Amino acid sequence: MQIYATELMGAETYDALGHFVGRVREFFIEPADQPNRVSHFLLSRGRFQPLLARYNQVGAVAPGTLRLNCSERELALYTPNEAWLAVRKDLLDQQIIDTQGRKVVRVNDVDLTEQKTNGNVELRLTQVDVGLPGAVRRLLQGVVGPGLIRKLQNPLPQRTIRWEFVNLIEPDPLRRVKLRITHEKLEDLHPADLAEMMEELSAAERQGIIASLDEETAAAVLAELDERLTSQIVEKLDPEKAADILEEMAPDAAADVLADLPKETSEELLEEMPGHEASEVRGLMAFDESTAGGMMNTEFVFVGETSARDEVLQWMRTQELNVDQLDTIVLLDTDAKFSGTVSVARLLLADPEQRMSELKTEPLLGVPGDADERDVFELFDKYNLRMLTVTNREGRPIGTITVDDVVSRLVKR
Amino acid sequence: MNWESITTQVDAVKSRGSDLQKRLRGLRHRLTLLLAVIGPGLITSNVDNDAGGISVYTQAGAKYGYALLWSLIPMTIALYVTEEMCARMGVITGKGLSDLIREEFGFRPTFFVMVTGFFVDLANVVAEFAGVAASMQIFGVSKYIAVPLAAALVWVLVLKGTYRQVEVIFLFACVLYLSYLFSAFLAKPDWLDAARHTIIPNLRFESGYLVMLMGLIGTTIAPWQFFYLQASFVEKKVGARQYRQARADVLVGSVSCMVIVFFIIVCTAATLYASGHRDITDAAQAAQALIPLAGRGAGILFAFGLLNASLFAASILPLSTAHVICEGLGFEAGIDHKFKEAPIFYWLYTILIVVGAGIVLLPHAPLWKILIFSQVGNGFWLPVVVIFILLLVNRRDLMGEYVNTLTFNVVAWVTAIAMIILSLVLAYTAVFQGTPTG
Repeated sequence: MQIYATELMGAETYDALGHFVGRVREFFIEPADQPNRVSHFLLSRGRFQPLLARYNQVGAVAPGTLRLNCSERELALYTPNEAWLAVRKDLLDQQIIDTQGRKVVRVNDVDLTEQKTNGNVELRLTQVDVGLPGAVRRLLQGVVGPGLIRKLQNPLPQRTIRWEFVNLIEPDPLRRVKLRITHEKLEDLHPADLAEMMEELSAAERQGIIASLDEETAAAVLAELDERLTSQIVEKLDPEKAADILEEMAPDAAADVLADLPKETSEELLEEMPGHEASEVRGLMAFDESTAGGMMNTEFVFVGETSARDEVLQWMRTQELNVDQLDTIVLLDTDAKFSGTVSVARLLLADPEQRMSELKTEPLLGVPGDADERDVFELFDKYNLRMLTVTNREGRPIGTITVDDVVSRLVKR
Repeated sequence: MNWESITTQVDAVKSRGSDLQKRLRGLRHRLTLLLAVIGPGLITSNVDNDAGGISVYTQAGAKYGYALLWSLIPMTIALYVTEEMCARMGVITGKGLSDLIREEFGFRPTFFVMVTGFFVDLANVVAEFAGVAASMQIFGVSKYIAVPLAAALVWVLVLKGTYRQVEVIFLFACVLYLSYLFSAFLAKPDWLDAARHTIIPNLRFESGYLVMLMGLIGTTIAPWQFFYLQASFVEKKVGARQYRQARADVLVGSVSCMVIVFFIIVCTAATLYASGHRDITDAAQAAQALIPLAGRGAGILFAFGLLNASLFAASILPLSTAHVICEGLGFEAGIDHKFKEAPIFYWLYTILIVVGAGIVLLPHAPLWKILIFSQVGNGFWLPVVVIFILLLVNRRDLMGEYVNTLTFNVVAWVTAIAMIILSLVLAYTAVFQGTPTG
């Protein structure tokens, strides 16, 4: 039979002899033991100390009543335990992440099912209610009888989330370990989805989630998050962890994050990062945010223009290249100056012996690092570009701007 | 003069220059920081001067001249203290007020706060549209044209705009309140006398005077504004690092709100009170009476101010209410969402506007009674909300080091208790004596 947490809160409890013991004020789950079994019931007795009934001391459960299979004397006195998940305090009215629906939702009620074992009844948490039926129960509980409430809620549309898809949010890292809350399920979500969900949480909860994700996922999420939130989170992270996350980010994204931080904090984080990455990020930070240099990414693929198509392919296979950056290849002349670009699509169709210089995209386009972002947008629009090369004063390529950089800039404007 | 001393001098001049540059850069940096945060506090406090509020200020000036001006300073403090707590909660926890009430006090208290809020706010929305109707009548536009047009404008503005665009429009509306400054100057008041009355308290123990004083406080600190303020800071993603700027925003907002009140009272005191037009019942009537006294310009500016205030509040109130209810019940909310993502939010918003404007359009609408109901409702709801705020803002597990200091608690509780007493007395007089206070 199904029973709701609301119907159990305040339930009158009787012992095996039929004596009244107290009322259920709270019940707990012990995640270290079983992830979904109600393990303990807290029974309050007015001015006396509250008692604790274990799951194997419960004989029968019905809406509004709990019957024990033992006598009152066998019950222990209640002492708080951090490793228990309190249904009323930690779950009801709190926000959780629905990992299947990829949403942050608020818990209205918790659904339980009865499971009879030898001599006792166990309650298993099956799903959380985030819809109207739960709201109606919460509102009317104790005002009208449970039978009437059940009748009223039946025609309402259900919105529930199965317990295995529920991801609890606990900002306190110690408690998170004790409650065995992991964020593995969150790591499987798309970073953009996770970032969107995090915007609905409190500052402490966001912090907790980022701190517990692996660096790679954390970096991907931070890159997708609203930049105001990103800088708030990075600032409060442990500097070592923050530096590790920044290292995982693309240099341009890392530079954007660091640029939003107070000077001392960003310096401290740059110190923590490995030398060459730090200097790359520093170089990017020198550019104003609204210039070509402020938009560009410094990870790009470049080859000499005299090399043959097959040589280039051979070389690329041996390198560990970031596939995202492999849309267009930058060409250098013999002075190591920027001399053009070749799209990978053209490379695919070319003859093995063809020289790179013959495959160049016309016209030759490049912008200096201090060009205004509006000029960049115009070039992308006019020539239908997917990528644009940024050069320094000597005409050497220093980075590339891809169309996704342009899109996110335009959306932000 | 030797070479060395010249170079030292040059260096000194250079370093002075760079010092100045540095200081200038620092100032500019601080200004950008402030501008990134400013908005919620300024908008919330100014929207407080809504149709009902302006009516009360007008009456206060017309009936008692400058005699009530002294109350503006303590009111500014009370407004700042209460708003600052909400701003702080929004900035530190990153959650809205109804979210926090729900998480810390459970479903039922939240539900009742929301249901009460809905009806009180609905009455307020009606009052705003009544303000639109009254001010447009001065411009010779029938309410059957003005009110539907205003409702449509408000609806489109918020539904089709992004948070940033809407905020810019709202900030612009704040600037339009300056029309009261101009009409005050056109009224040629005795500034010295006004200044003296602002600083020196003048408490009279006459019932009419006291009721007017309560009316002033009751309309200036409205309960729904706390929800709106906190939600705006959350939606703007202002974090703990920008707390100082947020606080400055709230301070600027509360002070500017009171400055406008000052000019409204001064304007009506210098004209209506001085010439004996002391029994004005609403702002539109005051605007009409101003025309022969201070010239057509002053009257028009006054009416324009009322129109602006009513429209402004009419766009924010339904929005804030829809926010509160959705947050509390766990529905998606916020104007950054699309209609499909947050249907209940947008439906509530639409209902508030359609019903609010619709009531004003009824041929024999009891507008005066609704206005009283909205004030009494505000009065009863306010203490409840302030107590929730005080309980939450003192929770160390939520606020960490940002819990209230003792001084702040004392000021806030005194404010809360004073507001409770005043609201109850105001409600009592409004119900049992039927004194029109707004």
